[in-house]
Amino acid sequence: MTWLGDFFGDPANWSGPGGIPMRLLEHLEFSVLALLLAALVAIPLGLLIGHTGRGGLVVVVSANLSRALPTLGLLVMFVLLLGTASIWPVIIPLVLLSVPPILVNTFEGIRGVDPELRDAAYGMGLRGGQVLGRVLVPVALPLILLGLRLSAIQVVATTTVAAYTGLGGLGRFVIDGFATKDYASVVGGSVLIVLFALVVQLGFTLAQRVTVSPGVSRRLKTR
Amino acid sequence: MITFDAVTKRYPDGTVAVDDLTLEAPTGEITVFVGPSGCGKTTSLRMINRMIDATEGSILLDGRPVREIDPPTLRRGIGYVIQQAGLFPHKNIVDNIATVPRLLGWDRRKARDRAMQLLERVGLEPGMAERYPFQLSGGQQQRVGVARALAADPPVLLMDEPFSAVDPVVRTSLQDELLRLQAELHKTIVFVTHDIDEAIKLGDRVAVLRVGGRLAQLADPETLLAQPADDFVREFLGHDRGIRRLQFVPTDGLPLRSGLTVPEGYDGDRSEPWLLTVTPDGRPVGWVPGDGKGGPEPFGTFRPGLDSMRAALDAALLSPSGCAVAVDDDGRVLGVATRDDLDAALTGAVDGGRPPARPERGHE
Repeated sequence: MTWLGDFFGDPANWSGPGGIPMRLLEHLEFSVLALLLAALVAIPLGLLIGHTGRGGLVVVVSANLSRALPTLGLLVMFVLLLGTASIWPVIIPLVLLSVPPILVNTFEGIRGVDPELRDAAYGMGLRGGQVLGRVLVPVALPLILLGLRLSAIQVVATTTVAAYTGLGGLGRFVIDGFATKDYASVVGGSVLIVLFALVVQLGFTLAQRVTVSPGVSRRLKTR
Repeated sequence: MITFDAVTKRYPDGTVAVDDLTLEAPTGEITVFVGPSGCGKTTSLRMINRMIDATEGSILLDGRPVREIDPPTLRRGIGYVIQQAGLFPHKNIVDNIATVPRLLGWDRRKARDRAMQLLERVGLEPGMAERYPFQLSGGQQQRVGVARALAADPPVLLMDEPFSAVDPVVRTSLQDELLRLQAELHKTIVFVTHDIDEAIKLGDRVAVLRVGGRLAQLADPETLLAQPADDFVREFLGHDRGIRRLQFVPTDGLPLRSGLTVPEGYDGDRSEPWLLTVTPDGRPVGWVPGDGKGGPEPFGTFRPGLDSMRAALDAALLSPSGCAVAVDDDGRVLGVATRDDLDAALTGAVDGGRPPARPERGHE
């Protein structure tokens, strides 16, 4: 407890490039950028494969690869290959890690829509794109968001590890703290990371509330 | 009018779902496709709105081959109702009904007004408009499905086993509702079912299909029951075929006796074995034995002219006297049809007998 007081009470920890606000911003930057890039790749791909039913193998391979790839190994490999001059050695592995959960869940969400519903949509006279955009996506949205959330959590956690490579982020407090036996920094950094992850979770819960139709989430009382 | 001209559907693996089907579904009438599973009835229906394309032959919609029409455009002009309603779960009821009008570019306000109007038309409360499909019962969802199909006022309606997933009581009310709507709207309806009773109840014409997608018989229900084309049709119609035919025997000409009804507290002539007690305003109370001991016993009623001989016979079987009580729309007693009179009326309806004249059915 005193460690927490030492860490958060030290004014030096609240300013400068090594301060909490800066580290938080770096963490946010890496996470958001990686997640955004991953979503830009995985969501359209998942929608396309789910809707057309062609290319399902890509999804399977991606799902299996994600389980086989060691996070830290990947990170270290890219840093060794590309150096630490830019943030890309960190961003690229983060993107690679977060594509599979989004891709798999988007695909499953679209594939899992009741065939009767697709049938009805086509039977009403909706065109292919309208069926996807106006029916399949809204109905599959909870799963698509789940994929994003899983990836977001993973990215936030892995960004912590990225501090090993000398780039910023909240992980620096933990890793540097261990190196210098500054346990106040270790504990304080851990707390910040946990809070950060919780805020991300909360963000997704709110996003789900706002974007998913009550008819799909069945949030309303029956009758 | 929908015309099937030598239509065949053959799948790449060689399976023939529909085999050389030629028939017409006349404008403003309900044509029912009925048959066992695997008879191609749903495939035939889905070829009309090009959910499936025919391999050979052509389907004409008012003389125009559907093959020439772009499928989404074609489908927006044809109402489509399926078994599980297929409502969009993420949209509320009014938006579900307004789907096709919105696709056709109606403005929001007009589409909504139209949807509200239809909601009422299919017998749902306006308060349902803002609900979501999961908040409705199966029967209510099916009503919404019908309303959605009717939203853009298409001349043609395709219904693929729309009532088979609801319980018998709800099904009956949905069927009655459909007949009531059809009496107002005169749509050209093609209706698929595996239930021969439903086919006979709803169809102006019934097409019986056999496994392998061949047409076994196309006839109005009455002719179908009276003159099945072959053993397959006879067997498909089931063992109650004779009783079902009574549905088409009118009760207009049935003689009604008035001498058997007596007021409450009657103590006159008791030579008849049973007498029907009625209230002062003419409603039946029950059958009382001629000797005045016991009763009142239960009775069955029918509405002469409106109900069929099937209902009259049913009413007779529900009474200890064996007589059917004829009542008007308000339930007031018009008279009594005795078993002898019912017997006489039935002789005209036996197989091989002359089918009773039905001038309002022009076809066949």
